[in-house]
Amino acid sequence: MSFVEYSDFIQDGDVAIIYLSHNNVMPVKVQQGAQTQTRYGVIRHSTDLIGQRYGSKVTCSKGWFHVLHPTPELWTVALPHRTQILYTTDIAFITMMLELKPGSIVCESGTGSGSLSHAILRTIAPTGHLHTVEFHQQRAEKVAEEFKEHRVDHLVTVRNQDVCKDGFGVTGVADAVFLDIPSPWDAVGHAKVAMKKHGGRLCSFSPCIEQVQKTCEALQDQGFEDISTTEVLLREYDVRTVSLPLPDFGPDPETTEEATPAAPPNHASISLKTTTLPREMPGHTGYLTFATKPRT
Amino acid sequence: MADNGDDDNQYRIKEGDYVVLKRGEIFKAVQIQPRKKVIFEKQWIFLDNAVGQLYSTTFEILSGGNLKPHELKDTASPLDAVETGTDNRNIVDDGKSQKLTRDDIEALKEKGLKGQDIIKKLVDNHATFGDKTEYSQVKYIKKKKKKYENTVMILKPSCRILAMMYHGREPGKICHLRYDTLAQMLTLANIHAGSKVLVFETCAGLVLGSIMERMGGYGSVIQMYPGGGPVRAGVENFGFPAHFHDTLHEFPICHVNALLAGTLDTSAKDPTAENTHEKQLNLAAEKKQNQPEAEEQGTPEEESMVTNTGDDAGQDVEKTEKDKLKEAKAQVKKLRLEEKQRKLAATAALLKGRNADGLVIASRFHPCPVLLGLLKFLSPSRPFVVYSQYIEPLIECFKKLKECGGTVNLRLTDTWLRHYQVLPDRTHPLLLMSGGGGYLLSGTTVATDHSKPAGSKQAEEPAPKRQKLEDTEG
Repeated sequence: MSFVEYSDFIQDGDVAIIYLSHNNVMPVKVQQGAQTQTRYGVIRHSTDLIGQRYGSKVTCSKGWFHVLHPTPELWTVALPHRTQILYTTDIAFITMMLELKPGSIVCESGTGSGSLSHAILRTIAPTGHLHTVEFHQQRAEKVAEEFKEHRVDHLVTVRNQDVCKDGFGVTGVADAVFLDIPSPWDAVGHAKVAMKKHGGRLCSFSPCIEQVQKTCEALQDQGFEDISTTEVLLREYDVRTVSLPLPDFGPDPETTEEATPAAPPNHASISLKTTTLPREMPGHTGYLTFATKPRT
Repeated sequence: MADNGDDDNQYRIKEGDYVVLKRGEIFKAVQIQPRKKVIFEKQWIFLDNAVGQLYSTTFEILSGGNLKPHELKDTASPLDAVETGTDNRNIVDDGKSQKLTRDDIEALKEKGLKGQDIIKKLVDNHATFGDKTEYSQVKYIKKKKKKYENTVMILKPSCRILAMMYHGREPGKICHLRYDTLAQMLTLANIHAGSKVLVFETCAGLVLGSIMERMGGYGSVIQMYPGGGPVRAGVENFGFPAHFHDTLHEFPICHVNALLAGTLDTSAKDPTAENTHEKQLNLAAEKKQNQPEAEEQGTPEEESMVTNTGDDAGQDVEKTEKDKLKEAKAQVKKLRLEEKQRKLAATAALLKGRNADGLVIASRFHPCPVLLGLLKFLSPSRPFVVYSQYIEPLIECFKKLKECGGTVNLRLTDTWLRHYQVLPDRTHPLLLMSGGGGYLLSGTTVATDHSKPAGSKQAEEPAPKRQKLEDTEG
């Protein structure tokens, strides 16, 4: 198991994802002899997990669930939050707009809880590298630990420093830079330094429009081109079958019984497969500003 | 970080490269071919002068169609030393503000005046330009720039650029797949280097190419295709290095059922191939007959052929030439068919294990049967994504999957995309936004539970009884 390579069977030391139900997933560090409590009972790692296929059903005393191979997408919904994280919708858009692919060198700040970091690592493996900067010491340590557990540490360097003061710690190597910090305009200059001379792509994520304005100004001043700001929102549809009753206007005087053989006599409602939208949906995560650094 | 010539080389435009032309928000994918006329935004262009230049260079289009790298002149902006007004209360839109007529402007264009200079002339001949507010003046210049600037930028292709191009230019060819929806698909399907991905698409190869880009030449991509052959025109536009194509396989869906049932005979010779083979032997025999010199005795087959074809002595030398050509052609055809059979067998072997790592479907076909048919090739605990321009077919897929079991984490989603204009004191969302980008159904496979009675709905997980338990995670 690793977050950048599939395997078929669960092994000691793996991180597996327990899928209990829709929107109820939890990570589990698989260990010989260990046990994990869930709402459906105890999972005994040695018998229930180790040696089983990923995707298997595990039955506990009060129910059952499936064990899944970790992916960055499952990790994003399962990971323990230390900060507000980026969700898959934004992550997917960022990945494409930054033109990430195997071999890309990426700089990121702040690392936060590592949600985006895992997605980047998956995309740039096996030949790329992620330089990620986090100014909070404990978070930096925690995320470095996780990268190791997830067997992706060879693809990433974590630096505990302030990107606005000290930059990314590398020069002229990055194909792409991602900023998710309170004052991205202060990091634009450092981003430029970290990026390849030939150019590259930049993205800044900010919840507030004022931050976006300041960042766009800084990007313009630093010579970035193709500056554009977008937001992307996910709508999830709930699929269900509904029953719509039909009105009874009384017997139709014009038609006779023979003329309408198709109409079933006691048809009081119509069944419909349709979708409904949730009462509330996420309306805003943040604005995504993209730009291209030209050749310097 | 060394700045040597070699380093630059990969960033230089070469003959034969697939590139993307860009002006503003308009893109077009073309191949750099010598002395070939290319039409872009109603202009004929020759791309010859681009060879050797760096990618992302902006070129001016000279009269005649040749390109010249565009120098940013640091001349005075048309806005320098122009007065501005405070609001539009006294500006009357009578269409008479601009003194230059359309003919005047055409004449200027023909004289070879650069876009920048035409704009300056327009500003100078505008009666009420000085009454406009500063913002209004900037907006005016921007609009004229868009219209009169005669430049084009040459870009290296990427999924982002091509997806935007197809969506803007030919959405019908890609089932109206908007580029952010494509982005979701690539991530939800966990496309990454080293995996084995199944693709069924009728999006001109855009989806296939995007997947290949994200795999970086590692792993394998198997394109399942309907009809006679896979459509891949869009893949060319990505300009992948040759070795990427080694990872690309194809398999006709008409053989899927046979493959699943284990009855696909990949060694069977194509019937037309056999006929050709025989024809070829006949021709060889005839040829032998016509040679004046006695040839070495060939295989027993040939010998018997020679005796059987009787005595057509005295055929012309000309005919021999024609026969030689026919023979050569038949030989080539035979080899090609054998190669095709070999590839089919190899792809079937890749599929037979039913251990693919991902499935992506984006087509004009009804997604339900496609999905149900191809899901069988996936290992358990692997993602799949289905795109549809319409939501109803995906509702059906969703229902069917719930009935059959074998999948979890089913989600039916679409994304909403909105662009912003960000300028000091003028920040707002753009006036127009994309109406719809299609719908996605995504999920993950799980081990199929054969003990469950067929047709039973995936029951709600049993209600938990007691909760007070500590987490004893190791």
